[in-house]
Amino acid sequence: MVTLESLPHLPPVVGSVPTDGVFSLLWLVIALPALGAAILLIGGKRTDKWGHYLATAAVSASFVLSLVLFFGLLGRDGEERQVTQHLWDWFTAGSYQVKFDLLYDQLSALFLLLITGVGSLIHVYSIGYMEHDERRRRFFGYLNLFVASMLVLVLAADYVGVFLGWEGVGLASYLLIGFWQHKPTAAAAAKKAFVVNRVGDIGLSLGTALIFVTFGSTSFAVVSAASSQASDGALTGIGLLLLLAACGKSAQFPLQTWLLDAMEGPTPVSALIHAATMVTAGVYLIVRSNFIFSLTEDARTAVIIIGCITLLMGAVIGCAKDDIKKALAGSTMSQIGYMVLAAGLGPAGYAFAIFHLLTHGFFKANMFLGAGSVMHGMNDDVNMRHYGALQKAMPVTFATFGIGYLAILGVPPFAGFWSKDKIIETAFADNVLVGLCALVGAGVTAFYMTRLMLMTYAGTKRWEKGVHPHESPKVMTVPLIALAVLSALGGLLTLNGWISDWLNPVVGEHEEHHLAIPAIVMSLIILVVVAAGVAVAWFLVGKKPIPKVAPTEVSVFTKAARADLYGDAFNDAVVIKPGVAGIGALTTFDTTVVDGAAEGTATVFAAMSAQFRLLQNGFVRSYALALLAGATVVVLALLAVNFG
Amino acid sequence: MSTEPFVILSAILFTIGCIGVLTRRNALVVFMCVELMLNASNLLLITFSRANGNLEGQIAAFFVMVVAAAEVVVGLAIIMTIFRTRRSASVDDASLLKY
Amino acid sequence: MVAFWILAPIMVAAALGMLVVRKAVHAALLLAVVMMSLAVLYLALDAPFLFAVQIIVYTGAILMLFLFVVMLVGVDASDSVVETIRGHRFFTIVVGLAFGITLVLGIGQVSFGTAIGLDEANGEGNIPAIAKILFTRYVFAFEVTSALLITAALGAMVLAHRERLTPKPTQADLAAQRMRDYAEKGTHLGPLPPPGVFARHNSVDTPALLPDGTAAEASISRVLAARGTVKSVPEISEEIHELNEGGEES
Repeated sequence: MVTLESLPHLPPVVGSVPTDGVFSLLWLVIALPALGAAILLIGGKRTDKWGHYLATAAVSASFVLSLVLFFGLLGRDGEERQVTQHLWDWFTAGSYQVKFDLLYDQLSALFLLLITGVGSLIHVYSIGYMEHDERRRRFFGYLNLFVASMLVLVLAADYVGVFLGWEGVGLASYLLIGFWQHKPTAAAAAKKAFVVNRVGDIGLSLGTALIFVTFGSTSFAVVSAASSQASDGALTGIGLLLLLAACGKSAQFPLQTWLLDAMEGPTPVSALIHAATMVTAGVYLIVRSNFIFSLTEDARTAVIIIGCITLLMGAVIGCAKDDIKKALAGSTMSQIGYMVLAAGLGPAGYAFAIFHLLTHGFFKANMFLGAGSVMHGMNDDVNMRHYGALQKAMPVTFATFGIGYLAILGVPPFAGFWSKDKIIETAFADNVLVGLCALVGAGVTAFYMTRLMLMTYAGTKRWEKGVHPHESPKVMTVPLIALAVLSALGGLLTLNGWISDWLNPVVGEHEEHHLAIPAIVMSLIILVVVAAGVAVAWFLVGKKPIPKVAPTEVSVFTKAARADLYGDAFNDAVVIKPGVAGIGALTTFDTTVVDGAAEGTATVFAAMSAQFRLLQNGFVRSYALALLAGATVVVLALLAVNFG
Repeated sequence: MSTEPFVILSAILFTIGCIGVLTRRNALVVFMCVELMLNASNLLLITFSRANGNLEGQIAAFFVMVVAAAEVVVGLAIIMTIFRTRRSASVDDASLLKY
Repeated sequence: MVAFWILAPIMVAAALGMLVVRKAVHAALLLAVVMMSLAVLYLALDAPFLFAVQIIVYTGAILMLFLFVVMLVGVDASDSVVETIRGHRFFTIVVGLAFGITLVLGIGQVSFGTAIGLDEANGEGNIPAIAKILFTRYVFAFEVTSALLITAALGAMVLAHRERLTPKPTQADLAAQRMRDYAEKGTHLGPLPPPGVFARHNSVDTPALLPDGTAAEASISRVLAARGTVKSVPEISEEIHELNEGGEES
């Protein structure tokens, strides 16, 4: 049991101010994209002509509304910034009541802006990218469905509502990854994503159940008020289960295998879902559940370990990928590892995790859309070995991609510098080993991103026959420019520590970390490491000509990185093969033992009756003998009764 | 005169009649063994009539005789009819009611 | 009581004999022995009426009926004493003995007390006493048994009745058949020689003589001929000669 003396700061209780004024429109933010999805998906072919415009308009309207609500929140006092809108009573089971309420506070305000803002830009981009796809209307319907589900996820005031949104984004992800149904690889990737996510969903459902068992309710308000009174064991259990859920959705170790395969989906999908929003749902869950994680040291340690492992893993995988989207996916995995690491550092790191989440949303979406633009110009070829010298051919794409590149490296004054450095500092303040992991990860990040840039934009032309790269149309480049601007200026969020103060009421006070060395020295060290990574990439990749076919004589590490650090092989050996064997054994058991017992009983009876029927030999005398025997028994019985 | 010897004699005759029904194959001999069993019961009835001091037992024995007569008539007619069609008087030939 | 101890072993032996004899006729005769002994026992048990009824009805009518049918059915393979059903004899003996011993032991447990005796019941005589009960208390049963007997007789008639499947041959058909037999096989056309015609002796084993002095084969029973007990003609003529001499002398 956590006592007041053991913890200097208790996690904050989720307040609930009833909605009034502009906040009564909160439900519209979800309803608009949901309505868009319904119209497009149910309306069918009739909506083909204008469906994409409607979808884009719906998400843009949600963005405008989010901005209005955000300014409304800014205008309020600190204590009144946690607004709850009660929509309806969802279900009641005995004493367990679940209401469908929306909670709009500082955390969800930021997420709303990210989701609807980046979402609108990607919708506009998709109008151009999916122009020649005949199922474009369906694509936009699924995109709207995704946005609506993600909004439910971040606006729910109850774990069950989060679960609803969680499953909704999982469904949308499945539909969008497997959008090009005719490709077997896409269908397989969609299934893989769904199944691996399902393992994470076990964590969320069991976690919710454990929360209900411990606290009697699953609404944030009740749980946050009572969390300090729960037992350590319960809190650690809940924390670990929620961590499992986060691993599934955010592609952290050990549930990371689906993210690289998810690149089978169209590039806008990769940008929106697998870079900016859905994969960050895990981080949102952990930060939202700060009233649980802040009170359990063990769960936080697990979170930190997972974060460290994943950030290094993603970086290493990204180093050996020739597919531009898969390299960026590895990068996403790694960056989310940073966010998870920060979230695991407790109240000191929550705000930085969210800050990095926002900046990463900007620059990673930017780079994914840039990759899409490159693919558009290269006849949808994703192999970087066929790129080269695209700087001159696609200048706008190069410029915006370059800004995103500098942001992810953490070069000042771009966004990534501010968010990543803060995480590395907080990591060092917590534990030197964790800090070192983060620092090394930054170096590896620099290496593979530089390799990507060099292979794509610099060097000599390695283009295939008949490929004439050209700049993408305005409908695609304008969102790129917008995201590049955000990647450049995103650092402003931490001006005067605004974001930390903004999120304080939600995630709790944190004691200022004291580094052994001043912050400026830390930043310099990080920049040196990054520069080292860039230099290594220049020597290994930039100096030599890049072969068009991937060389097979490579080191063990390269082989391992090409095989996703054997994630799939591990899953196959540990989970799938034993599972299939187990099911085979069960099936055999069912047919032989269970069916055998049932049929065996019948066979035994048949055999018995085959023996018994030999008594009926048809001879009257045999039957008479049986009669006499029976009569003897009757007489004996009478004698026994009378004289016994 | 005590009653036990007669009762035991009746029991013995009855048992022998039962064994005869089970053992012999000729339908006529089987029928004769059935008559033996009936006679054994008659003896028993008359013995107890004397033991109880009234004539109820004798009346019963009398009726048994009458009914045995009727039964023999019909039974032998049946045996004859079967013999005419099957040319055999063996009870083992009627063995179709089997598995 | 003396009668009992003499007759009881005989009865048991006869009953056991019924189990083992091969021919049905022998079984019928052994049954007759049992029934007659029973009749005597009834007499010993103060039941004179039933003694008489047992002999007349049971032995005389019912058993004779049995014998008639035995004659009609004849000798049969079912008289073989070899058991055809496997294990049947063994189990029969076992179960039969079990039954018998159970009965005897059970009876042994009962104490019958002294017999009251029928002296009082038979005060006016056994037959009047029986008549008194039979025609007052049991008159309905009596009438029913009479109906039963009539039904049994009718039933036997119905069962024994044979339907003609072919039309009955008329006198003309029989004559034509006789002519055909004579033409094909040379069978004697006329009727059999009546007794006394050409017969010099009225004994069954003496053949009738034909006009040419040979023996008429049709006048001898086939069975006797097969046994070889028929007298030959020379023997007959000797006897006739003796008779004639005796007659002439006297």
